[in-house]
Amino acid sequence: MTRIGRRFAELKERKEKALVPFFFAGDPDIDATYELVLELEKAGADIVELGIPYTDPLADGPVNQAAAARALKNDITLTDILDMVKRLRKVTQVPIAFLLYFNCVLQYGVERFLQGCEKCGVDGLVIPDLPYEERLRYTEIFARHDVDMIPLVTPVSGERIEKIVAGSSGFIYCVTSTGTTGVRSDFDTDFDRFMSEVAAHTDTPRVLGFGISTTAQVSKLKGYGEGVIVGSAIVKRMEAQTDAIVMIEDVAQFVRQLKAAQR
Amino acid sequence: MSENERYFGEYGGMFVPETLMGSLTALEETYDKYKDEKDFLEQKEYYLREYAGRETPLYFAKRMTELLGGGKVYLKREDLNHTGSHKLNNVIGQMLIAQRMGKTRIIAETGAGQHGVATATIAALFDLPCTVYMGEQDTQRQALNVFRMELLGAKVVSVHTGTKTLKDATSEAIRDWAANFEDTYYVIGSVVGPSPYPRMVRDFQSVIGIETKRQIAEKEARMPDYLIACVGGGSNAMGLFYPFIGEENVKMIGVEAGGKGTDTPHHAAAIGKGSPGVLHGMKSYFLQDEFGQILPVHSISAGLDYPGIGPEHASLFESGRVRFESVTDDEAVEAFEFLSKTEGIMPALESAHAVAYACKMIPKTRKNDIIVINVSGRGDKDVYSVAKHMGVSIND
Repeated sequence: MTRIGRRFAELKERKEKALVPFFFAGDPDIDATYELVLELEKAGADIVELGIPYTDPLADGPVNQAAAARALKNDITLTDILDMVKRLRKVTQVPIAFLLYFNCVLQYGVERFLQGCEKCGVDGLVIPDLPYEERLRYTEIFARHDVDMIPLVTPVSGERIEKIVAGSSGFIYCVTSTGTTGVRSDFDTDFDRFMSEVAAHTDTPRVLGFGISTTAQVSKLKGYGEGVIVGSAIVKRMEAQTDAIVMIEDVAQFVRQLKAAQR
Repeated sequence: MSENERYFGEYGGMFVPETLMGSLTALEETYDKYKDEKDFLEQKEYYLREYAGRETPLYFAKRMTELLGGGKVYLKREDLNHTGSHKLNNVIGQMLIAQRMGKTRIIAETGAGQHGVATATIAALFDLPCTVYMGEQDTQRQALNVFRMELLGAKVVSVHTGTKTLKDATSEAIRDWAANFEDTYYVIGSVVGPSPYPRMVRDFQSVIGIETKRQIAEKEARMPDYLIACVGGGSNAMGLFYPFIGEENVKMIGVEAGGKGTDTPHHAAAIGKGSPGVLHGMKSYFLQDEFGQILPVHSISAGLDYPGIGPEHASLFESGRVRFESVTDDEAVEAFEFLSKTEGIMPALESAHAVAYACKMIPKTRKNDIIVINVSGRGDKDVYSVAKHMGVSIND
């Protein structure tokens, strides 16, 4: 079991939900990312999800696309980010998941990358462009490593859910709505139906993400599943601040508010 | 659907966000249900014949043959298709599928604007709202096609992200589709993207090769020795090649965009200089760095300015069935002029790549060899780009 699994067990005991902030590693630079992870843990983040900057993030809206482009301007690479996680592991055991596009994994080498994750302390992977049909080709490699493959399900996955969540660990990324990542003012998803559909096929914790951006939404959704991911709203705040110290404090303050809204 | 049908050897697949998997499998089911159905085929034939103006001629290029001094040159005249390129063949097929799926809104990506114009045209014919995504750089170099699409009633969205070309327009179209898949049909313009698009687009473009096979049999009573076509995503090449794949003696050559030279970073030769990777829903060859970041590419031809190639081409390259070459911007422009002056046919800059490679190769062929070049589109849209490349000012 990874740090993610252990964290959910602790949260369950404390009758708490997980707050999972998301932002891009290397935005604006790798040192800021290192500090931000530590500050967000203090602010109440239960798991940190780091986006790996990619030139062509298909599943992402404009806010995340711009953040990835900012990070890539500094020539940030997957090796740099793994090294940073390795440094973080000397000072924190906060669970860390990567969100990355499959080509990044493929070019690094699937086996080599999973070994790198284990060695550096990355607990889980969200690969938005690797649906289960394609994931099946790598089942054996994934099974050999203690890294959670976090599958995505959407409100329109329907009968696909059973196959998607089979053998899952870490958590299930439950996409709130269709489309790409990005701030949304409202959701028209029937969360009661969607979340119970997922629960019918797995005991793996369910975490809602995509478009969750305000304390009010976090508060409204706390009854569904085992946690929420807040991404674009954080990335947007990061974009607005030019000073890294001010930015880190601003995001930490926001995460404290989100965590309070979840309690 | 078995996994094998989603792959061409090692290439293809469906690497898309979960949100789109339902739509893709629905498309797969619909396509497989109708592709051999009589009504569907008759309707498709009807529009290809009565509306697009098929079949297109296989023209014996006598002067070109004489000037090059090698084998006999035939030009497959896809430039004479309605809207000026082979793109309409595919759009007609896909729109009939969209109709059967009950979709009420059409989206497309476009590079040079030829696929965008073809899609806007059929959307107008079928009275459906249409949005076309086009990279900002392409909206500038293909301003004429932007206005054509608008005249046809389509909305053209200029894409400002990334490299501002076809790659980014494709990503943006996929994002739109992910948000609006319930009522929206995405008409992909080449043999790229997630399965079933590459095989569906290939099937719809195969009319090029099927006609060529019949026409060359009528004219020469035998198979050609060489087929030459340009490749960006590779739809006109796939359409010409596919019906000949079983004809072992027919050599096939795909010509990639060599830009300013494949020894510079400014080209789009995905097979020549790329490596296997995953983008836009498919595993294929891409120009990328060691971390999988997609590299900026260049071609004077907006339609070839794409860092990847269709997965079936990747497979045909690895099996050795198709050979891939490249020509530079300069060579393409030279061929553009050459074909204009020798045959009075102004090819699209994309097609000029095929002509350019043919001009290099043909003098080395035997007199009784037969070479078919796919003139995938007409060059009117490129007159400004060519003038600019030649340093000629034609602004009024």
